[in-house]
Amino acid sequence: MTELPFATTRKLGLVIDLDTCVGCHACVVSCKGWNTENYGVPLSDQDPFGATPSGTFLNRVHSYEVQPDHGAAQLIHFPKSCLHCEDAPCVTVCPTGASYKRAEDGIVLVNEEACIGCSLCAWACPYGARELDQAAGVMKKCTLCVDRIYNENLPEEDRVPACVRTCPSGARHFGDLGDAESDVSVLVAKRGGFDLMPEQGTKPVNKYLPPRLKDVAPQIDILAPFLEPVSKGPKGFLGWLDRALSALPGEDR
Amino acid sequence: MNPAPSVIAFTTFSGLGFGLLFWLGIGMPAPTGLTAFLYFALAYALAAGGLMASTFHLGRPERAIRAFTQWRTSWLSREAWAAVATLIVMAVFGAAATFWATALPVLGWIGAAFAMATVVTTSMIYAQLKTVPRWRHWSTPALFVLLSLGAGALLAGQTMACLPLLAAAGTVQVHAWISGDTRFARSGTTMSTATGLGGIGTVRAFEPPHTGTNFLLKEFVYVVGRRHAGRLRIIALLLGFGIPIPILVLPASPWLLIIAALSHATGVLVLRWLFFAQAEHVVGLYYGKR
Repeated sequence: MTELPFATTRKLGLVIDLDTCVGCHACVVSCKGWNTENYGVPLSDQDPFGATPSGTFLNRVHSYEVQPDHGAAQLIHFPKSCLHCEDAPCVTVCPTGASYKRAEDGIVLVNEEACIGCSLCAWACPYGARELDQAAGVMKKCTLCVDRIYNENLPEEDRVPACVRTCPSGARHFGDLGDAESDVSVLVAKRGGFDLMPEQGTKPVNKYLPPRLKDVAPQIDILAPFLEPVSKGPKGFLGWLDRALSALPGEDR
Repeated sequence: MNPAPSVIAFTTFSGLGFGLLFWLGIGMPAPTGLTAFLYFALAYALAAGGLMASTFHLGRPERAIRAFTQWRTSWLSREAWAAVATLIVMAVFGAAATFWATALPVLGWIGAAFAMATVVTTSMIYAQLKTVPRWRHWSTPALFVLLSLGAGALLAGQTMACLPLLAAAGTVQVHAWISGDTRFARSGTTMSTATGLGGIGTVRAFEPPHTGTNFLLKEFVYVVGRRHAGRLRIIALLLGFGIPIPILVLPASPWLLIIAALSHATGVLVLRWLFFAQAEHVVGLYYGKR
């Protein structure tokens, strides 16, 4: 049903640390790897080895350059996937009921058997979190690895989304953002986690942690410009070689 | 937004068809026999043809029947209901006029109301989207309804009703363009709010997530032809309103009316192309594009 649940008992989601992300795209690869062979149809590629490759991804990493008023520009890597919004506009626009938000944990999913591929949910999403698979003709989106997080066939440490499990820099955190005591909620409160496009009124569950303030390196070399150069010209054997070579015909460079 | 031909054809021709069904439903004109058959055949060809075209942009058109289930929240689902209700009611009304020369005015008014409800639901699919500030405005449903009523009146030969409707549609269209040109900037969604990094400084897209293109860029970041938008607006105004309105003022002649209708329909096709091609989706901000 495309009516949103009045409230969800839990709000499972991701917390992404923009300070720690190194932009390695490992989360993109592990996401594609897990999700192409598990929940729903595979994530297809078009012309993968040709001149114009493209394909379906549930998670993509952008990179932004941010120029402060003073000081050096910062490069910030920015992973983006479905934010599992509380007020998900993609769910209510769906004409078939294929898009839904789970009341028990807040995960937004697509029932691919019912999807007609009209793309209206992708139009309604401000974040570009949904992509129409060009081979299957159905809408694909992040499932928060619903087939991992409750999967008792996996070792306990693997029961987190593939992107979180693989992140080598620890920039991705998974948990219940509806529980103020949870690790992720504490982290968000401590680091000043924020919403993307809050003015769109989607109330995203996923939060982003801002880059920490950059420290300014102290000026340690104030006397260095006044020091004598170590050597003005070569002496000894090198000096003789220099003079001898200069005496030969030809030009100096 | 990508101006998909199937969606342009759908909104244009179904608008014409449902507009004509509206005027037939309220008995202006009230043809019988063969004339009625021809009127209804034209209206159904346009309305149903447009609806058929809309299924061409679906990834899985064979499941289109499922679109009837979510009328409580989805404008697309409501549109499906309104369209089918119109086509069923007006089929009975049209059959009575064609085969038994009988007018069923109550049924006709109900069908006319459903026809306009269909056009409103179509327009609300676009007007509801916060992600496309240009569309999220009262002028979107107003324009769809005025254009449908005006074109319907033109096809139904209702010259006196058509003139003010076309004039109003042209005026609202110009207003929609002028106010729409700045609505994205006024919406408050920027690269700064999209990334949440504006507090540090000026944000610039440095590297996209991939070397090639993707579904999002193809669907939402359509830039081809936008530089001709100014010229296309003039062409659309001339074809849609500038040529038909003077013709309608002239003494009625069936051939001139056909020219006016063809010119208007071509103008609306250009308007709809611009409606999609000029609409900018906020997701473009993540790519530093509009």
